[in-house]
Amino acid sequence: MITYAIVIAAFVIMQILRGTGHISSLFEGLLVPICVYVILAVSLNLVVGISGELSLGHAGFMCVGAFASAFFTKCAQNAIPVSGVRFALAILIGAVVAAVLGVLIGIPVLRLKGDYLAIVTLAFGEIIKNVINVFYIGRDVNGIHISMKDKFSLGMEADGEMLLNGPQGITGIPKDSSFVVGFILILITLFIALNLINSRDGRAIKAIRDNRIAASSIGINITKYKLMAFTISSALAGMAGALYSHNLATLQASKFNFNTSILVLVFVVLGGIGNIRGSVIAAVVLTALPELLRGLADYRMLIYAIVLIVMMLFNWAPKALEWRERYLGRFFKKSAKEGE
Amino acid sequence: MKKFNKVIGAAVAAAMVASAVAVPAAAEEGTFKIGGIGPVTGAAAAYGSAVMNGAQIAVDEINEAGGVNGAQLEFNPQDDEHDAEKSVNAYNTLKDWGMQMLLGSVTSAPCIAVEAEAVNDNMFLLTPSGTAVECISGDNAFRVCFSDPAQGTESAKFIGENGLATKVAVIYDSSDVYSSGIYDAFQTEAANQPFEIVASESFTADSKTDFSVQLQKAKDSGAELVYLPFYYNEASLVFQQAAGMDFAPLWFGVDGMDGILSVEGFDTSLAEGVMLLTPFSASAEDEKTQSFVTKYQDLYGEVPNQFAADAYDGIYILKAALEQAGATADMDASAICDALKAAMQEITYDGITGTQITWGADGEPIKAPIAVKIVNGAYEFM
Repeated sequence: MITYAIVIAAFVIMQILRGTGHISSLFEGLLVPICVYVILAVSLNLVVGISGELSLGHAGFMCVGAFASAFFTKCAQNAIPVSGVRFALAILIGAVVAAVLGVLIGIPVLRLKGDYLAIVTLAFGEIIKNVINVFYIGRDVNGIHISMKDKFSLGMEADGEMLLNGPQGITGIPKDSSFVVGFILILITLFIALNLINSRDGRAIKAIRDNRIAASSIGINITKYKLMAFTISSALAGMAGALYSHNLATLQASKFNFNTSILVLVFVVLGGIGNIRGSVIAAVVLTALPELLRGLADYRMLIYAIVLIVMMLFNWAPKALEWRERYLGRFFKKSAKEGE
Repeated sequence: MKKFNKVIGAAVAAAMVASAVAVPAAAEEGTFKIGGIGPVTGAAAAYGSAVMNGAQIAVDEINEAGGVNGAQLEFNPQDDEHDAEKSVNAYNTLKDWGMQMLLGSVTSAPCIAVEAEAVNDNMFLLTPSGTAVECISGDNAFRVCFSDPAQGTESAKFIGENGLATKVAVIYDSSDVYSSGIYDAFQTEAANQPFEIVASESFTADSKTDFSVQLQKAKDSGAELVYLPFYYNEASLVFQQAAGMDFAPLWFGVDGMDGILSVEGFDTSLAEGVMLLTPFSASAEDEKTQSFVTKYQDLYGEVPNQFAADAYDGIYILKAALEQAGATADMDASAICDALKAAMQEITYDGITGTQITWGADGEPIKAPIAVKIVNGAYEFM
């Protein structure tokens, strides 16, 4: 409940600020990316936090969602002129395609554990990126042409239009994403994630995380529940990808590399593994931080890294916890009592 | 613990809201605010830094000489890490700063994203080095360098018209917009030229250290000339590996090849005889180039490449257009954009990356390509 309240409050504040023109263009431009990363962090938390599997290929699912939805939008741009309907369909397609891929990848991958799973998901993330890189798809009066070599093997008519141009990706995607859509998607994501966690299925997933043998001994279908968490997570990542791709006019597979997966993992770890609200806050803070530090010019990435380390220590180091208990604990206990 | 997190969360949220509230940019009297976007960090940092350095030199020179229409110039470079998303963030940051016109983005994909934003805001955009066609899709956008297709077409024409070879092999980077864009146009134009493409081999950013397979195929196909539409770092490896396998065709490069002579640890004798199309040659004798190269070397300790030169010219082109339009510093970005759109098509510019440059309504520069050949470790005009 508090999580929803925080998100809704943030949305209302932002809308008021935007309405009255009291917001900088930088922050206005950051709103949609923040929504994207919040969704990604929450969805990855389902795999890493709830199901307890370390996945390093999350950007791959985002990539699939982004390309599937952008491709659909490019194809349907003339057929469906209403951008709202088209975008809703595009998001749905992004989510579905990512979910299907999540199942396909999940079946072999989820049989592995620990480090092996991490490595294989990492590899799958890279494979997805590279597969998209070799596709050239164009459209002309004769229909759609697909090639895996280069633009010329398509043999298109002169008026043909490139839909997906290999590593150059998709360009000219209409800007359909907005903060309102992003906000709705965050609410949907939270709704799905929180309900799953607190449901019977969620408890089964957590049981598997905590003790696989005990869980299977009481008759929990391990593969089914792990696959469930993994698939829902990839569908949500696909949704985030759709939001991402419709925010920029250009989309390239190279963006969805290992670094992006790690970035999302950092949000999850810093926010607290298994803590959905923490993921939301960490994603917002860490997306905005490097941009707000622009004033420091060349030092900003250094400062960003230091902030990450300090936050990590502050959150997790035993000494820091002790210190916080001793000095800050009293103050908060008092204020908590007054609050009650 | 929970309470603490909540309070921290609230505090951070409050801080972010505070920082998000716009501080209205104080309109200073008598300065034109020019924004710059490019990768100053990350893998493409070499290009972005060169652009920012080149532009800064031009801005300082103009300010010393009394500015434009009586107003000084102010240049604000922002980093985009060669990422479309970050580039849009940089663009928004510059808007908050009060930017009136934009020199950037430096690299193609980010430039496409920024252009989509700029055309909505009616912000004047001049990209020094964004070569993809879509970089200047709106009528508010112009460019200093050749587009990818223009370069590929010019290269094919040059090879064909000068009868350099009848069998040509191409090695290109299929993961790079710049390289594959040039290759596409080269192949299209090659059909009209009296030579034949006997091999076209690609590599990707993940495998750009070993070219032995591509070189072997080019060698086996009997190519007399190998066309290399990519950057000098990879090209230096190609030359080394080709020398190792006794393969010595004619080499033909594009403007990305500029810089090959300053690669650290590279035996420049391997690049002897390499031909390239480049808008800029640091060894050109004319006064403008020499003064720019000397200044650049004094300030940054290296020989400027074509990126720096494009940016240097970019600022002077803005100056010429502003003077032509009679723009004043108190005009807002949209008014300046409208004025500059018209002015850009009226000016004829002489700079260090070309002479008698004019622009059409599509924003493409119209200038003659310059081909140079490396002789005794220096460029010689062909």
